[in-house]
Amino acid sequence: MAQQGPTSPVPVPPTQGATEVPPKPVREGIDLIVNDERYRHTGDKAMPLLWYLRDVLRLTGAKYGCDQGNCGFCTVIVDGKAVASCQAKMETMAGKRVTTVEGLAGKDGTLHPVQQAWIDEDAIMCGFCQPGQVMAAVDLLNRQKNPSDADIDKIGNLCRCGSYGRIRKAIKRAAGTMKEKKA
Amino acid sequence: MSGEVKLSRRRFLKYAAGTAGALVIGIGTVEAAERPVPLALLGDAWAQVGPYIRVAADGRTFIGVRDPDNGEGTATSLARIIADEMDADWNRVVVEYLGLGIEKGNGEPKFTYGRQRSGDATSIPAAWADLRQAGALARWLLLQAAARRLGVPAEQLRGEGGMAVAADGRRISYGDLASAAAGIDAPATPPPVKAAERYTLIGQPAGDIDARAVVTGALRYAADESIGEPLIAVLARCPYPGGSLDGADRDAAGKVEGVFAVVDVTPEQGQAPGMAAQAPAIAVIARDTWAALKGREALKATWKPGQATEPSAGDLEKKALALFDDDTATPSTVRNDGDVATARKKAARALESTYVQPWVAHATAETPNCLVRLDPDTSITIVAATQSPRQVYAVVQRMTGFGPDQVYIRVPRGGGGFGRRLESDYIAEAVAIAQAKKPQEIQNRPVRVLWTRDDDLAHDYYRPFAVHRLNASLDKKKAIVGWHQRMASPSVLAGRATPPDRLWQSELVPDALPAGLVPNYRSDYYPLDSLLARGEWRGSPHVTPTFASESFIDELAHAVGANPLDYRLQMLGDARQLPYNGRGGPIDTARMANVLKLAADKLDWSRWLRSENGLGIACAYVFGTYVAHAIEVAPTQDGIDIHRVVCVADVGRAVNPLGLAAQLEGATLDALSTALNLAITVKDGKVQQAGFKDYPVSATQPMPYEVETVIVPSTADPAGASVIGMPSAAPALANAVFRATAVRVRRLPLLRELARLR
Repeated sequence: MAQQGPTSPVPVPPTQGATEVPPKPVREGIDLIVNDERYRHTGDKAMPLLWYLRDVLRLTGAKYGCDQGNCGFCTVIVDGKAVASCQAKMETMAGKRVTTVEGLAGKDGTLHPVQQAWIDEDAIMCGFCQPGQVMAAVDLLNRQKNPSDADIDKIGNLCRCGSYGRIRKAIKRAAGTMKEKKA
Repeated sequence: MSGEVKLSRRRFLKYAAGTAGALVIGIGTVEAAERPVPLALLGDAWAQVGPYIRVAADGRTFIGVRDPDNGEGTATSLARIIADEMDADWNRVVVEYLGLGIEKGNGEPKFTYGRQRSGDATSIPAAWADLRQAGALARWLLLQAAARRLGVPAEQLRGEGGMAVAADGRRISYGDLASAAAGIDAPATPPPVKAAERYTLIGQPAGDIDARAVVTGALRYAADESIGEPLIAVLARCPYPGGSLDGADRDAAGKVEGVFAVVDVTPEQGQAPGMAAQAPAIAVIARDTWAALKGREALKATWKPGQATEPSAGDLEKKALALFDDDTATPSTVRNDGDVATARKKAARALESTYVQPWVAHATAETPNCLVRLDPDTSITIVAATQSPRQVYAVVQRMTGFGPDQVYIRVPRGGGGFGRRLESDYIAEAVAIAQAKKPQEIQNRPVRVLWTRDDDLAHDYYRPFAVHRLNASLDKKKAIVGWHQRMASPSVLAGRATPPDRLWQSELVPDALPAGLVPNYRSDYYPLDSLLARGEWRGSPHVTPTFASESFIDELAHAVGANPLDYRLQMLGDARQLPYNGRGGPIDTARMANVLKLAADKLDWSRWLRSENGLGIACAYVFGTYVAHAIEVAPTQDGIDIHRVVCVADVGRAVNPLGLAAQLEGATLDALSTALNLAITVKDGKVQQAGFKDYPVSATQPMPYEVETVIVPSTADPAGASVIGMPSAAPALANAVFRATAVRVRRLPLLRELARLR
């Protein structure tokens, strides 16, 4: 960021060839891993993970929807579990491993089976809720290989455009693909 | 290196060579043509000069989409109309969202891409009329170039999957021909468009063009866009319409870590709704969203109502009913066939019902937001989802004084629109904050205004509260001979330079059925006063009155002991055309009867009389389309369960059946969810709902597992799709609920009313 604010991601590169005394390296902070990269948050500990991702790291895949944990647009995976990132304060993130929708596909661009299923079922209308839907589905399929309709409905992520039918089909399609891959 | 083909007296196709061997095609107006397009611009900056098609030398075809896509699938469909016409390879099509197309004209600015408005299902019909011709010209030029290369007449060549193909099987890719094609002389007349049997993309299902970008998080909505390091502004707004600031601790907000400035935003007086900020507000401008939110909290702003107070829904309802009963009241009579008063006197039987619909909100997934970069001496850039880029321009132009060559409006894909983004209040707020005096070091920094969900629900342009009284006269044969409907609502058009006798235009459709089917027919509109901002909501002039009329027809059928499907078909009568003074007309009664019958068949309507579950049906004519819903509802201990929902639509030729089905499914679910649960209520002069807890959009219960859609095959010109699944869904539900529970729900939201009446 233009201001060297307390929320700058670390590591901060050392100041080369400065004539004045370089600032003391910031050692206090919250260390976490986001999409396999290490970061240190040195700003407000109460900042929700959502705004850390979006404003500080510029990872905008997780969307803002309600800041009450109701809509699920901001869903990310923390230590293997789906979390509404608007409700997760940074002070609870120390040592955690966060995966956002940007970190879901393989490094070579190979899509996660859930992402591919979303495309195959054309589950996208406006698309705004879908990164959160995808992450919630990944979480569900991590827990349950054969989710029932009731399991899927329990996710509870909102889709304002009403693509629920296609989302259900996409989750079932992804469940099938993931089983095939294991076999 | 360029040419033109006249389409009409004022419009023409133009094409030119782009950089790196590209062929660029656009549609222009006579006025715009007087300014030559600098060829140097036709490279990377191609979107600024107005072409819709660019065939690149590497074989990719870039298609510019002019109408905003807020989830309607417009980008995919418009691109496929062009790609099909030119026989492009769909897998190598890249869609670019065009910003506002504007050029300096003689006095008035010229809008180079036409209306660019989304929200009334116009994008597809308009594209059908002109964008196909751009595609046809591209194909013609490319085939001419191929003919010269191959030494055969162009007539012996055809386009196929991004190639020019000769009769002997030789083929050249469009990319290799692009440069030569740009040098071909223009044809004397526009090349003919394809015959329907040659379509390869139109009519075939296609997934959304942005699907991959969406599910990888790569797609940037306006809220995700950055220009440099934008500051974030969050506003505390006055919750009382017409109210003002009582007190706020600006110092406390300014002291919050990361907050750079606290500025007041005062709505400009004398502007129409949606053309200026909606409410007095204090903006907290900060380094990031979290700091801005904390700053807003620290403001502890308090507000007071103005001299007038917004009435509750109950008070509005009383006023409406008093107007209906007042013989001296002077409504706008929007249609008056025959003589309903005489018909009533002669009637064997008369029935009357009153229906009440609450205020509802849009609650788009992506809350209103706007990114703005202002250089007060030179230019302004706006990045925002909008359904009306030209209105955004009008607001920005008024506030900054800048001309067409100083205003850049970028319109990324939007996270839902539903009519909310026809208003530009959030743009005006952002411009006002950019202009406000701030500390020097941040004065000209780009700034993003972000609305929270609470802001969105408290400061929407709501679908108006409405009361309808319907009165029918039946003759001895049980046929409807008189129909008098009265509607009262706070009009969307009030305050928008609309004459008082035209306020109905945003609220109802004069020729909506059963107008034209009943000999004595009268429709009266009574405007109500309200301070609440209101706006279009997913085809609301169709949606709101259709709930009343299609419920009432059902009541009449039951009153005379008729099957409601047969009753409707009887009303429609012999196949004929009914005059329709609006977009899409005339109404073809046979097409309407057809969708009703298909919906009924799909739900197995023969069960209607004996089924323990309730079956309900309703239909609507919307923007040139024919839609019917048939719904099966089971009664439960404490309410209802919706077992099945069928939606049948005849939209003419379906450009993308998969996208159309998605629109029908989504609109149906929204209509049902809204009818079941949703109401914005006013108490003590302000809106009570804050957050999705109070306003549970898109409920999944008691919804069915899926909406079963049927798309009627048709070769008629395509009509729009985005709102047509709304109007008939709620009345079909209420009609099914009546059969399931014996309770007629005439007041929405339905579940609350059903619980009250049972």
